[in-house]
Amino acid sequence: MDFISPEGLRLDGRRPFELRQLHAEIGVLDNADGSATFEMGNTKVIAVVYGPREVQNRSQQQLDHALVRCEYSMATFSTGDRRRRGKGDRRGTELSLVIRQTMEAAILTNLLPRSQIDIFVQVLQADGGTRACCINAAALALADAGIPMRDLVASCSAGYLNSTPLLDLNYLEDSGGGPDLTVALFSKLDKVTLLQMDAKVPLDVFEKVMNLASEGAKAVTQFLREILMENTKKLAFAKEPLKV
Amino acid sequence: MLQSKAYVKKTRHGRVLKVVREHYLRDDIACGTITCTACDNSKACLSASPAPIIVFDTNVVLRQIDLLENSAISNVVVLSVVLEEVKNKDLSVYNRLRTICSNPARNFFVFSNENHRDTYIKGLAGESPNDRNDRAIRVASKWYHEHLGPASKVVLVTNDAENKRKALEEGIDAQTVEDFVRKLGQAELLDLLVGAGTEDAQTTADADDNRPSKRKVIYPEHKLMSEITSGLHKGIYHQGKLRVNRYNGFEATVSTESLGQEILIHGRIDMNRGFDGDVVAVELLPQEQWQENSLEKIVEDVDEDESEEPVGLVPGSAEQLPELIETGPAARPRGRVIGIIKRNWRQYCGSLEPVENTSSAGGKVNALFVSADRRLPKIRIQTRQLENLSNKRIIVSVDSWERTMRYPSGHYVSTIGDIGDRATESEVILFENDINNKPFSQQVLDCLPPLPWSLPAEELQNPNRRDLRQVRVFSVDPPGCKDIDDALHCTLRPDGNYEVGVHIADVTNFVLPDTALDHEACQRGTSVYLVERRIDMLPKPLTEDICSLRADVERLSFSVIWEMTPEAEIISAQFTKSIIKSCAAMSYAEAQARMDDSRLSDPLTVDLRNMNRLAKIMRQRRIDRGALTLASPEVKFEIDSETHDPLDVGMYQIREANQMIEEFMLAANVSVAEKIVEHFSQFSMLRRHPVPSPKMLEPLLLTAAAVGVDLDISTSKALADSLDRAVGGDPYFNKLIRILATRCMTQALYFSSGDCTPPEFHHYGLASPIYTHFTSPIRRYADVIVHRLLAAALGLSKVPGALREKTMLTSVADNLNLRHRNAQMASRASVELHTLIFFKNRPTDTEARIVRIKSNGLIVFVPKFGIEGPVYLTGKKDKKDESDWIVNEQSQTTESRDGKYRFKVLDKLVVHIEVVEPQPNRPKLQLTLVDQANECMSIK
Ligand SMILES: [Zn+2]
Repeated sequence: MDFISPEGLRLDGRRPFELRQLHAEIGVLDNADGSATFEMGNTKVIAVVYGPREVQNRSQQQLDHALVRCEYSMATFSTGDRRRRGKGDRRGTELSLVIRQTMEAAILTNLLPRSQIDIFVQVLQADGGTRACCINAAALALADAGIPMRDLVASCSAGYLNSTPLLDLNYLEDSGGGPDLTVALFSKLDKVTLLQMDAKVPLDVFEKVMNLASEGAKAVTQFLREILMENTKKLAFAKEPLKV
Repeated sequence: MLQSKAYVKKTRHGRVLKVVREHYLRDDIACGTITCTACDNSKACLSASPAPIIVFDTNVVLRQIDLLENSAISNVVVLSVVLEEVKNKDLSVYNRLRTICSNPARNFFVFSNENHRDTYIKGLAGESPNDRNDRAIRVASKWYHEHLGPASKVVLVTNDAENKRKALEEGIDAQTVEDFVRKLGQAELLDLLVGAGTEDAQTTADADDNRPSKRKVIYPEHKLMSEITSGLHKGIYHQGKLRVNRYNGFEATVSTESLGQEILIHGRIDMNRGFDGDVVAVELLPQEQWQENSLEKIVEDVDEDESEEPVGLVPGSAEQLPELIETGPAARPRGRVIGIIKRNWRQYCGSLEPVENTSSAGGKVNALFVSADRRLPKIRIQTRQLENLSNKRIIVSVDSWERTMRYPSGHYVSTIGDIGDRATESEVILFENDINNKPFSQQVLDCLPPLPWSLPAEELQNPNRRDLRQVRVFSVDPPGCKDIDDALHCTLRPDGNYEVGVHIADVTNFVLPDTALDHEACQRGTSVYLVERRIDMLPKPLTEDICSLRADVERLSFSVIWEMTPEAEIISAQFTKSIIKSCAAMSYAEAQARMDDSRLSDPLTVDLRNMNRLAKIMRQRRIDRGALTLASPEVKFEIDSETHDPLDVGMYQIREANQMIEEFMLAANVSVAEKIVEHFSQFSMLRRHPVPSPKMLEPLLLTAAAVGVDLDISTSKALADSLDRAVGGDPYFNKLIRILATRCMTQALYFSSGDCTPPEFHHYGLASPIYTHFTSPIRRYADVIVHRLLAAALGLSKVPGALREKTMLTSVADNLNLRHRNAQMASRASVELHTLIFFKNRPTDTEARIVRIKSNGLIVFVPKFGIEGPVYLTGKKDKKDESDWIVNEQSQTTESRDGKYRFKVLDKLVVHIEVVEPQPNRPKLQLTLVDQANECMSIK
């Protein structure tokens, strides 16, 4: 199958190095301490954060740092075919773990001993790149909850099809059989906090795909920063009348 | 800008899904016009004036692709909406269109109108997809006109009246194809048009009368696609590829998965307009109609004189055997075609049937096209240049086949040359076998190192390249060989063992992965050897100079070096890139003469003798393991160096020297195969030879039994041994049996190791558990891949990324198998052509052997010329019981009624060979029996 036309356009009209359209909203649930939705094209994820709060199960309490828990799920309506996706399936467990580890690395957990932070991530609509989208949504929700973090974490995926590195694969490209690499970065610290790929590729290809994904993640960071900025301005504006 | 496309799709399991896809619209898509200042014109190729910019609509592209391929058409905008529609409707047209677009000389520009923010349109409510696409084409045409300014001219070519009317209303210059071509002012182009009006054509005597009043239905109607689908589902119909008998165009088979058995289709009516290679739906006939053809005749009695077994080269393998109709006790199911699921129409090569009435000079006339390929029906075409074409080899395309037409209708595409001209006929052979003999493109030539090439100094410093220039390396090849890809050395070590090296041209040092050169070589797959010329896989500077391991020049090579005991046991194998300097490039005859000349004792001769001794031991060991020594009579022509006409023909002589080289090449291939599979078990390019099924060996057993030879086919070892035991009264008997055995085997195949399990790697003919091709990278692409894999296995380079893509190697292997088969077919056809030219003025009487006895004649094999063909004993029209001959098929004997003659299979007899021309422009060889008294027996 041709994923890129000889004219250099992908199936959806993007060029190989382009992200899909990004969209984010912060504070979508009033109940929660922090919440956000994040969209990459047709992939839409909601992340909700509760905490820091008291540890529910005392035996799990950590004396020197916060307990971070994460639950990932996929809405039944998230894909076209109506299949029940339990929380307990392997992919779900794995993703929960990946998101938790990535977020744990970002949060300054030692500042919040004996507390618990719960992150709930749900995929509302899936069209490839859910992993990256979940991390981005979780990052925004954590920021919204005001949890102290080392740096803003942002994630992006990239793949390799028709001998070309492609940024931010959609579902169609994702099922093209090529490698799919997800990377998450602390862009200020210039550190990689997550790197996942379950395919064998030659080293030079890997480098290209990795670089592309990192570039993508940096672009996402930029976007996240803008969104947060805007949100902060809004909050500041909302608070102003109170002062008067 | 973002548009979202939503549509409803049915999944494979029959569930209905709503699919939403993003569709991004862009503002950075260039118009492709050289003079445009608004767009990025780095890839531009169109000129805005004075020539108009041409836009074709989908139907025009689909129908008139032959016209588009003509170089007279240029400055064309191909819209992505058109490409997409063409792709969905006909992939082969799509690929042809893409080829045109990628040719920079043609000035076809692909404009992604569907992704351009100004030319993308949304379907309106109630608008059909077709109407929407037509509108998109109009919008894009109009956009071009507006974008390029009022001075520009944009022509929309469409044959859809409604579309044309709307276009004119919107101010677009719309024309029909006919008008458009007429304005180009080249009469020849009009012949390329499909379905140009038939009303003004003069009907010639030979062609069909197609006036409506006289039309009668000849073929049954094709069933509707929905009926076929449900029929297939219910198991009433069967789907499969129609395979027309290469030797009899009135007989075809369809292999179906649903029935697990081949269905026989007999006659053109039952074939119901199917072409060879079409995917068809077949309905079985009632069982009582599965009548047995009791004894196959050489010629089927059919209503036309087209079908007849030709005299040709001896088949070299099972693939080249005439597809004979089984005569087993169980009659095979017979069926008829009720619908065509997928057409396999391509361009065909042949000539026009002579027409008596040629008075219609200049006007449009109907003519019948006949191909040399017997699988094809005649094709009716219309032409305005009948006189020009009557003695030419031409290429035509098929357009349609109506129920009322005996023959399909098509149109002229191009002319190759004069019939009978040797160059033209060779060209025809290449065309028929889909062999690319176009000169290499500039992009490909740009990949070559600058000439003259000499060993770069840095290669001497390269720690990974062993300097073997001091070693006494030599090569042995056929006389006159210019593309020398292998050389050898053999030196005695102080410890009494031998160091034996096989050095192969380091082609991959020059053919780098993913370059234009690499893609071209991969496409070509192999060099093709015709009798008088060679079509190279790689450009000449590489094949004959830079890579060729010629004598006395320093060359890069890839070496396999073994340490061997005097008993030819391999102690170790090393692989290394190297530099060699061959000291002698010998022919087989020269090498043989050196070895045989007892007076010589120079080091080179001693090396040769040592090697030969080792090779003999290796060969014997291989035979003991069960390798088959098969035989195929390879014919060698002596060609006049000036006229290129054949002067003499004879069998290729196999010497010990040939076998010596062969032995070491086999050993190198096996060593390399083991090495690469060890490192890359999932994507190594290997070669396997499947065990022949007992059914394939049946004809061999039948013949052997008839002459009292008992063959054991249980294993290759048993077969090899029983072939050894099969000695008859004369020395040629054994060779004959081996030739018959060879043709029962299928050919070996390339495959990716990831696609088979290790036991399937087995090479039956060589009795080797694993095999590959490493030794001829100049002329075979498989070897190029193997070189890269070996280099990667040694850590000298990376594995080319493409090889790791799962299906990549599989598709490369498939292509190589196809290319090799085509190359072989072409070589055979070329030899046949030259045999024909040779016998034209040299009718000859010569000895022949009977290889098969049929109801109305004998199939004989002429060892001296390597040809095989029928000798008819009965006339075509004779009824079986009136025949002068009594045939016993079981014992493969035949006897004349008067008892004067008696023939048994493998008997010797004398035949007369001459060229006859029963139909104009179709000369062929004819074999007739010469009886002892040297008098031609009356046969026809
Ligand atoms: Zn422009």
